[in-house]
Amino acid sequence: MSLPKEKLLRAYRQMKTIREFEERAHAEIMNGQIAGFTHLYTGQEANAVGVCENLGDEDTIISTHRGHGHCIAKGADVIGMMKELFGSSEGLCKGKGGSMHVADMEKGILGANGIVAGGPPISVGAALAAKIRKNGRVAVSFSGDGSVNQGTCFEAMNLAVVLKVPAVFVIENNYYSEHTNISYAVGCDDLKARTESFGFPVFVADGADFFSVYEAAAKAIEHARGGNGPAGVFAETGRFHGHFVGDPQYYRADGELDDLRENSCCLKNFRASMAESGDVSQEELDAIDAEVMALIEQSVTEAKAAPRPTPDQVTSDVYINYSAGSA
Amino acid sequence: MPEKTMRDAINEALHQAMEADDSVFVIGEDVAGCNGSPSGKVGEVGGVFGVTSGLYKKFGPDRCIDTPISESAIVGAASGAALVGMRPVAEIMFADFVGVCMDQIVNQMGKFRYMFGGKSKCPAVIRFASGGGFSAAGQHSQSMYQVMTSFPGLKVVIPSNAYDAKGLLLQAIQDDDPVLFFEPKALYQEACEVPDEAYTIPFGEAAFVREGDDVTVVAFGQMVNRAAAAIDALESDGISCDLIDPRTSSPLDEAAILESVEATGRLVVVDESPPRCGLTADIAALVASKAFSALKAPVQMVSAPHSPTPFSPELEAAYIPDVNKVKASIQEVMA
Repeated sequence: MSLPKEKLLRAYRQMKTIREFEERAHAEIMNGQIAGFTHLYTGQEANAVGVCENLGDEDTIISTHRGHGHCIAKGADVIGMMKELFGSSEGLCKGKGGSMHVADMEKGILGANGIVAGGPPISVGAALAAKIRKNGRVAVSFSGDGSVNQGTCFEAMNLAVVLKVPAVFVIENNYYSEHTNISYAVGCDDLKARTESFGFPVFVADGADFFSVYEAAAKAIEHARGGNGPAGVFAETGRFHGHFVGDPQYYRADGELDDLRENSCCLKNFRASMAESGDVSQEELDAIDAEVMALIEQSVTEAKAAPRPTPDQVTSDVYINYSAGSA
Repeated sequence: MPEKTMRDAINEALHQAMEADDSVFVIGEDVAGCNGSPSGKVGEVGGVFGVTSGLYKKFGPDRCIDTPISESAIVGAASGAALVGMRPVAEIMFADFVGVCMDQIVNQMGKFRYMFGGKSKCPAVIRFASGGGFSAAGQHSQSMYQVMTSFPGLKVVIPSNAYDAKGLLLQAIQDDDPVLFFEPKALYQEACEVPDEAYTIPFGEAAFVREGDDVTVVAFGQMVNRAAAAIDALESDGISCDLIDPRTSSPLDEAAILESVEATGRLVVVDESPPRCGLTADIAALVASKAFSALKAPVQMVSAPHSPTPFSPELEAAYIPDVNKVKASIQEVMA
């Protein structure tokens, strides 16, 4: 697949930014600098970027508890996100939401989500609005191999078909819903076929390969944007960390993580692909690496220096207007 | 007597209940863990909080059952099995996920017996890890027991220490009604003396954690320790308090609260949930309607504000009632 050089550089930068954001977040959590429960996206970057590179600012995404990558890929401000993880009042959500609730309405990011399969129904609503307004937008929801077993996910997929809305269901199979393997938790042998049985096409991708995801997502998004109802993307992927930071990962085979990092790394794959095609030089990619590292360093420096929220902020932002005689 | 954490005390109760009665089984997400995984270490997880640790290895896959992430189906499977004679103990992980399986709990499990004219029983227990303290933000920090208390047909248990947790869970498993069992997750590591043998604590019997003459303090779950610390700190000021831990919000030991307020004339109610339609308002209303003439001061209600739980550690610390807020409220009713 041939993409403009600018697009290639951008895709790599986005994937690298997610990788380094997550690895630094991991380090800061281990240092005790970041509170709460954090679920890292390391290893799955090509999925978020491959999908979001097909979207415009007006399109929407809704993410999961493992949401940093989707948010960065859709254009969330990296420094604002790092400040949010640190709990600053200057964070993207003023320190109210943290890792699991990163959102940016202006970028079409309807939120990471702490409830497994909380997102797909909401995304159907965004798609319904696009259909009513005839504005050509699509609404993407990201799910994992755990999320697809929730009733809300089933209901959303069926409703999207019934209403024929431009919803795109992206399923990232990282093989583990928390600590349980897909071979146990998904009862059928073919999750792609099960998803298609709702009545929409599902395009398969290699989640370690940006180009593969980009191509599959392009087909799904084109299908949805064209007024043909929902579509799906099914990507096989792997997370390089545990379900949450601190997960002892008893479910892994010996050598599984090393193998993932060695053989399923989207950054390595992208570099190899560029070496083969010659579209982008390794030096250009090195330069991006350096810029990304500087940005992540800056984000942590700023997050550590950013103002802390004050107790009076606990009760702000609950409502827009709540003055009628309330205490 | 050996000291045990609340986690270990609950785990011990599960072991003992499953040994004693082969109709008891455990079901939920990762209650065993690693099912289908290449490591082959099935049972190694024992629940994300470690509460069901060891059950899989001891009782096997038919009695320690991992599920997909499907809370409605978990609760439905538990209540259906209970309707036909089993005694399931389901784990729903974070109490916030009540929102995901509300229908199965409220419209189904909680109403079977009444709607069926008293001709069914549903001895299911649903366990949750509840409450704040982990910077887990709006969807992983709620108590939810105050909401569930409002539904007739469900019993609601909120242990505040390891000893009570063991006895109350064994009672819950024996109980013939559906029981929601809320474990304050901030207390999992808190230890106290817990007997090795099995014992039960009846529902609807409050514990008097402190006894005193001036103020009645009623506190739930995670707030009991904080209320006790506040009371102990005020002892040197000459203020002595009853501290009542109802242990179950449904049924509620109204008599214990009313008798105490009749003696002290002052009431402070403490809960970490938001204030509206919650346990603080419920108990304040109970006392206002049944012991009004005994009151020497307006009732003080200490709760979280009417706001979701914030993420940032500073905000969460300001959100959950602390020892100082309880102290100030006790001083207020004494002023």
